[in-house]
Amino acid sequence: MTEETITLNLGPQHPSTHGVLRVLLELDGEIIVDAKPDIGFLHRGLEKLSEHRTYQQILVLTDRIDYLAAMSNNFAYVLAVEKLLELEVPKRAQYIRVALVELQRIASHLFWLGTHAHDLGAMTPLFYTLREREDIMDIFEAISGGRLTPSFMRFGGLAADADSTFVKNTKKFTDTFAEKVDDYENLLTENPMWLSRTRTVGMMSKEFCINTGISGPMARAAGIEWDLRKSNPYSSYEDFDFAIPTGLQGDVFDCYMMRIREMRESAKIVSQAVDGLPESDGSPIKAKVNKFPAGEVYHSIESPRGELGFYIVSDGGKSPARLRVRPPSFVNLQGMGELVKGRLLSDVVAIIGMIDIVLAEVDR
Amino acid sequence: MTLDGLTEKIGNYIKETDSFRDEVTVTIDRDAIIPVCRILKEDADCSFDFLSDCCGLDRLPETPRFMVVYQLYSMQYGHRVRIKVPLEEDDAEIESLTPLWKAANWLERECFDMFGIRFRGHPDLRRIITPPGLEGYPLKKDFPLEGSETT
Amino acid sequence: MEKGGIEMGVTKLGGATVITDSLDWIIKWSQRNSLWPMSFGLACCAIEMISAAAARYDMARFGMEVFRPSPRQADCMIVAGTITKKMQPAVQRLYEQMAEPKWVVAMGACACSGGIFPTYAVVQGAEQFLPVDIYIPGCPARPEALIDGLIKLQQKIKRDKVR
Repeated sequence: MTEETITLNLGPQHPSTHGVLRVLLELDGEIIVDAKPDIGFLHRGLEKLSEHRTYQQILVLTDRIDYLAAMSNNFAYVLAVEKLLELEVPKRAQYIRVALVELQRIASHLFWLGTHAHDLGAMTPLFYTLREREDIMDIFEAISGGRLTPSFMRFGGLAADADSTFVKNTKKFTDTFAEKVDDYENLLTENPMWLSRTRTVGMMSKEFCINTGISGPMARAAGIEWDLRKSNPYSSYEDFDFAIPTGLQGDVFDCYMMRIREMRESAKIVSQAVDGLPESDGSPIKAKVNKFPAGEVYHSIESPRGELGFYIVSDGGKSPARLRVRPPSFVNLQGMGELVKGRLLSDVVAIIGMIDIVLAEVDR
Repeated sequence: MTLDGLTEKIGNYIKETDSFRDEVTVTIDRDAIIPVCRILKEDADCSFDFLSDCCGLDRLPETPRFMVVYQLYSMQYGHRVRIKVPLEEDDAEIESLTPLWKAANWLERECFDMFGIRFRGHPDLRRIITPPGLEGYPLKKDFPLEGSETT
Repeated sequence: MEKGGIEMGVTKLGGATVITDSLDWIIKWSQRNSLWPMSFGLACCAIEMISAAAARYDMARFGMEVFRPSPRQADCMIVAGTITKKMQPAVQRLYEQMAEPKWVVAMGACACSGGIFPTYAVVQGAEQFLPVDIYIPGCPARPEALIDGLIKLQQKIKRDKVR
């Protein structure tokens, strides 16, 4: 009797691949022998398009890179351009930016939690997390006009100043958010079914993470105490008091706990940002920018998925000569091939969920 | 890390340096890429253990046409360095960094996909994100934005 | 009301309530009130589609919350997001696998006409290779816009000849 492996195609249309990801699995029964992700189904040529658009127009494109964390993409991009221009951002704008980006982190993790739990069979959390996410979408819509793609940051600040409604609604959200996270934890954290699907699945060592370029909650789940908001602070993050959660063995459960704890920490940061919001000193909330000096810069932020960086090469013109997006999901997804080897087919879904990919960022 | 600190460690490999907006960039020859990266990764004062990014650059009409740009980061010290390697248009090949960092695998594949730059010793150098059957390399300056008839 | 020489409406026949209407009308009524979309989110619009199915916008009110992953069981393909050249053969195959009658809704600017991506890798609209019934503009199209589009699809089914 000969042993044969089967090749199974997962995706690109599949409820659990979170977008158009295709994975070619080689199975020996139900054990994975090899897994090759096939990406590019959402490659839209964003980096090429950026060379044909002005710096201001590119801002609109950045929303669509990681569509679950549009504010973070805007933020990383404007910070890189402001570095190029050596532009000072008023303190008030910095605090509002931090509040918006942390709210976006919460919204991104909420969506992740709902869909990840749904993939593993827990259908209820999806409705709870999307309910809270709608509250955040309301706040974004009130301040910027857009839910998913606000395009709200501008060079030197923001498109518009925040008013008292923003402060009131944000406070209302953060005051009750901790109880909502308790609700999600009640459903999942000590649930034996959840634990059996996630504990010891996809364990990562620190060395593996660093060598594979893995960043974000996955790296922290493996035990690496690294968060760009603390190690290389930007936009007044050093003014805020928050903890960086770390895990023990980098499995799916640890990644889940990282994101849950990050949501709690982000709510604290938002609270501190709106409580300590400096008064407007009358200066404009954004800068008028016309000239872009020649030079190159690289700036990265801690997005909900990891290190999101923008490398901009300017030749002095209205459009960048090169705009490179350092995509956290792309680099994190590389690790998937090794993590699933020797595991069961059902663990593939859990591990893809743990990475928290957004295909538009993987493919650009 | 400061430029002086770097010059101490890899000075004999450096062709050019740049310090713009507090960022340090060194340009080296392509034959130096593996020795330089090994030093930067293993030296205790440098400790650049994290390969943040690897991408290509098309400088048409300047020569040499291509540049491969690496961004390195140190977990321990939190400092960054940018390494640039110029490549001629008709000889766009360089050693792969996959023996040092697994992160280089897909990053180099994307660089190959977008520019046609070949990485010697890469375990699986094939196109990664562009549509199958695409002729040409999209991020080259002479590739049209809308693509050509054959795409 | 009369259709084809027969009186339509609700009557009582020996203690039972009988509703009389044309077969076409009844088929179309059942089709439009139980459209089962195929879960086919490609990009950002997919997130708004999921929000439309969640608690606040609640597509279930219209009989549409049953998203079927398999094309064989779905009536309606909501193309939500950018169709890239790599993805196009897959979209085509999924459309062909759906059983008749089927409808296609192009949700969002990218599915309608390529959106903000006039590049080498993007198909400029689903209509390049699929018969689209409803176009929903927006980038992304809001959940309310999706529901509006689906209601228009229901009206279209009511108006058109039975498929």
